[in-house]
Amino acid sequence: MVTETVNSMVPALAVLVSMVASVLILAFGKYPNIREGWTFVAAFTKFSLVISMLPLILDGKVITYTVVKMLPNLPIAFKVDAFGILFAITSSFLWIFVTSYSIGYMRTLKEHAQTRYYFCFAIALSSAIGIAFSANLITLFLFYELLTISTYPLVAHTETAEAISSGRKYLTYLMIAGVSLLFAIVVVYNATGTTEFSFNGIAGLETLERTTLIILFIAFMIGCAKAAFMPLHAWLPAAMVAPTPVSALLHAVAVVKAGVFTAIRIILYVFGVDLMETSGLWLNMAYFVSITIILASIFAMTQNNLKKRLAYSTVSQLSYVVLGAVLITQHGITGGMLHIPYHAFMKITLFMCAGALIVTAKKENISDMNGIARQMPITMLAFTVGALGMIGMPPVGGYITKWYLLLGAAELENMILIGVLLISAVLNAAYFFPVIYVAFFKKPDKELKYKEAPLTMLIPLVLTAIISIIIGIWPDAPGLFLDIVNIAVANVTGGGI
Amino acid sequence: MSEIFEFIAAEYNYWIYVTLMMIGFYAMIAKKNLIKKVIGANIFQTAIFLFYISLAEVEGGTAPILMHGHDGAHAAHEVIYVNPLPHVLILTAIVVSVSTTAVALALIIKIYQVYGSIEEDVILAYRKQLAPEFSEHARQKQEGEQ
Amino acid sequence: MSGFDMIMVHIPLLTVVTPLIAGFLMPIVGWIDRKLCWYWVMAIMFVVLLMASSNLYTVITTGTIHYELGGWKPPVGIEYVIDLLNGFVCLIIAFIGLMVGIYSKESITKELPNKIIPFYSVFLLLITGLMGMTITGDIFNFYVFLEISSLSAYALIAMGDRGDGVVASFNYLIMGTVAASFILLGIGYLYAVTGSLNMADMQNLLPDLYNNNNKVVLAALAFFMVGFSIKVGLFPLHAWLPDAYTHAPSTASALIAGLMTKVGVYALIRFMFCVFTPAFVFDITRMAEILTWAAALAIIIGSVLAIAQSDIKRMLAYSSISQIGYILLGIGLANLIGMQGGLLHILNHAFMKCALFLVAGAIFYKTGIRNIYQFKGLGKKMPVTTLVFLIAGLSMIGIPGTVGFTSKYYLALGSLEEGMWIFVIVILLSSLLNIVYFWRVFDNIWFGHPHEVEHIKQDEAPVSMLIPMVILAALCIFFGLFAYYPLHYILEPLSEALIGSGVGP
Repeated sequence: MVTETVNSMVPALAVLVSMVASVLILAFGKYPNIREGWTFVAAFTKFSLVISMLPLILDGKVITYTVVKMLPNLPIAFKVDAFGILFAITSSFLWIFVTSYSIGYMRTLKEHAQTRYYFCFAIALSSAIGIAFSANLITLFLFYELLTISTYPLVAHTETAEAISSGRKYLTYLMIAGVSLLFAIVVVYNATGTTEFSFNGIAGLETLERTTLIILFIAFMIGCAKAAFMPLHAWLPAAMVAPTPVSALLHAVAVVKAGVFTAIRIILYVFGVDLMETSGLWLNMAYFVSITIILASIFAMTQNNLKKRLAYSTVSQLSYVVLGAVLITQHGITGGMLHIPYHAFMKITLFMCAGALIVTAKKENISDMNGIARQMPITMLAFTVGALGMIGMPPVGGYITKWYLLLGAAELENMILIGVLLISAVLNAAYFFPVIYVAFFKKPDKELKYKEAPLTMLIPLVLTAIISIIIGIWPDAPGLFLDIVNIAVANVTGGGI
Repeated sequence: MSEIFEFIAAEYNYWIYVTLMMIGFYAMIAKKNLIKKVIGANIFQTAIFLFYISLAEVEGGTAPILMHGHDGAHAAHEVIYVNPLPHVLILTAIVVSVSTTAVALALIIKIYQVYGSIEEDVILAYRKQLAPEFSEHARQKQEGEQ
Repeated sequence: MSGFDMIMVHIPLLTVVTPLIAGFLMPIVGWIDRKLCWYWVMAIMFVVLLMASSNLYTVITTGTIHYELGGWKPPVGIEYVIDLLNGFVCLIIAFIGLMVGIYSKESITKELPNKIIPFYSVFLLLITGLMGMTITGDIFNFYVFLEISSLSAYALIAMGDRGDGVVASFNYLIMGTVAASFILLGIGYLYAVTGSLNMADMQNLLPDLYNNNNKVVLAALAFFMVGFSIKVGLFPLHAWLPDAYTHAPSTASALIAGLMTKVGVYALIRFMFCVFTPAFVFDITRMAEILTWAAALAIIIGSVLAIAQSDIKRMLAYSSISQIGYILLGIGLANLIGMQGGLLHILNHAFMKCALFLVAGAIFYKTGIRNIYQFKGLGKKMPVTTLVFLIAGLSMIGIPGTVGFTSKYYLALGSLEEGMWIFVIVILLSSLLNIVYFWRVFDNIWFGHPHEVEHIKQDEAPVSMLIPMVILAALCIFFGLFAYYPLHYILEPLSEALIGSGVGP
């Protein structure tokens, strides 16, 4: 399949917007309104720049732009394809909501060092978009490391001893991942002389010895520790000490999504469908992530802290994405890729609800939330929507991706994987329903008055909940995620839709 | 046995230089007195000078001075003379060695002014005993980690 | 020939002689007015930088420059030779010299108010020594310049912390003398077997002797290796280095850390590739293999020891030991990519380490603190300085987009090309260790004390100190993104030539 390429600097601009904004944020640090104004301007500009590229992508074209020639044979370059723009749309769109939510959250709690917070946030977003648009492994690595560094101050934001030690843990895991990724990149470059992503995988990798290939794959997957596979997941629950908008950023907008995005890029665009199949790596990886899916769900049930429960839920859900990719059937890949935006919308709703509970009701633990829905009915309704999506109940979006994943597993007639998917759906229900039950049906300990979170927080979480439903009812709307994913899948599998 | 003796005797100048060098090296490393260290350095360097001068030696050679014959023509080719280049090099090296010694002695004077001794162990003990910064570091580190 | 052309011809010599004469004139300048000293140094360093750039430009456009001193033809006369390798190193020396010179104005006035004249005098002599070591094509002349630079360095270090500085300087002097004596001995051995002192001439004469398995040449190589290993502070012979870097005045630390060891490494390359040939060093004696393993050891142990330090300058000194390992590793690998990585790291490390030492000096200037556990709130107090530290620190870690990454990437690729997976792991492991010791400083500067720092007011270092730091930090990023240019124009042809048979000096 020949894809037409268009040369345009829009992707570079999209990355640059929030970099520029970050400087302005620093410059206007003393005037909170202007500072946050810049964040909004940047968020909207970024989103419109990303969206402006969508028509071209839907036409089946690819946008490329080379920024600098960093080393001979190693340019820093952008290439926007369907899969890249899928992630870019998700994160740039959600940034708008998170910005609004952050303003409400940070101001209500009167957090310190807010300028640093918005500055790092903007840089993190640049990195996320950079990862989405990377044309080669080196560019991806650049933004991957930048993302790690720029999110460290966010994770350690409160600067308490606990926050610092969690920050260290976060950094340790992700830096080891970075080093491992670099190792893998060096091996790939040494073997093939290029690091550029290709729809069929990088040519020349199949000549590697089997042992080397396996080591390479493992190194890459350790490099994707941002995707929080077990046993490399411990940083994610630890990072829950961060302010809630940061958790939303980590879980939905940027970090873990960047992890799974990278994992899929590596599986499908570096190794390629054929090599994954001939080497048999796909099945091993599928079983490996299945363990994470099940175990993380079980861990989630044991958590009393709502944010930690959500964190383990993320660990489990992320492995769905990777599972979809390694099924290497059309339906499987569709399900995996589609789960990136779908999970993002549902999880961000859940996190924003958790944050609203912290800000308004000062409650973090599920056991304290008896009858909380009487105090915050809108928030808890939104929470329910998100939770239903996670479990996979129509009409909220989640059921669509699960359906595709099941189709993929069924095509392979692999009973184990089908079983894993079904069991995990049950487990999801088992850890989300108690929360809903406690919130709506348990008697509150004392009489609760109606009091919702400030509007800057409430509006975004309601909107994301509504969107989660829309993408469930009308998934195949033209230009929506399924459309984009179909193009991406056609690219990598080489077939039509 | 006599062969070994002859072997040593034949190149005795080189053996002397090696021995001197080792003495100097030993003094630089093992002596605790700073002045003795400097003396060791001097012996070391002098040994190397001797080596260079030995290189230049030509059997039966005279000083490399250009001589004129009675008829005014150059007669230099008539005379066997030693290689002048190493001598020149060593003149330079001696200058370097003297400068190094001068700097070293200046440093020793400074050290004596500060510590009141030129014995290495005394200075070390003095630094350990004072070591205000070391204990300060430890304290700060503890505080920092708490 | 116009007057301008006449000067242009002598530029290789003038690059060395200008700072020498200027250094001796310094007391007169200082006698007129002490404030003039800095301007004098600035003017001279600027001229030297121009000359060094002009040299490199000439080399790139027209090829190697040969300059015969006093008109005596080599191999009898002393010859100055500038090729890509030393043109490149000279430019680094001149640039770092200028940067440190700008910085020194305030720093020296505060730290050494009574020694301004001798400081600048010795400063210029150090530049002379380093330039001379680099440019000369005659090995005995090399020895003389080596001693000029060493003696100046001893003097600079002795001006540092009372007591400690002098002792550090004395220890360095003893080690330095041993090193220089070994090198002198090696020169003597080579002279004994070849009868020549000219590097290019030797390169032609020596190969015949290798075939006869000549023990003298072997001994000479061993003497050079040990001598230079001491000079560059290669791991088991590094004992002098941490004390010397720690207790020197801030300005001198930056200069010595940025340049001294680099020039030592340059000399090692020059002797390995251009006096002895790669065939001898790599295939016949396998000396390079020992070097590579020692370098790998230095990388790890230097980093580990750096973690244990609480004095920032001492931490940076140990980090230098590890970084020198990177350079030597690249050179010891002796394949095209590894070589480029090693040479690139000479440039990169000069930028990074110089910036870091300047920051340490600026912090010391403002607060009198060198203990990293006392750095609390510095992020608020000195935002620019600490930002420079962040950039240079990230660069040391090897974050992509900074200079540290490109050289590490090349070194890893080079190791892989040799099939030495262990070195790849060493390089990556050391990145992690770098994170440990730099992040500790970052944490102390910015995190962990939100309430204590609220009352802290901004109190930045003077502009003349900020300018060089910011320039160096900017270059750390610039050459991180545009490493293509030095690689393509200088290092690639240079590595090819070095590995081929050695560029004739």
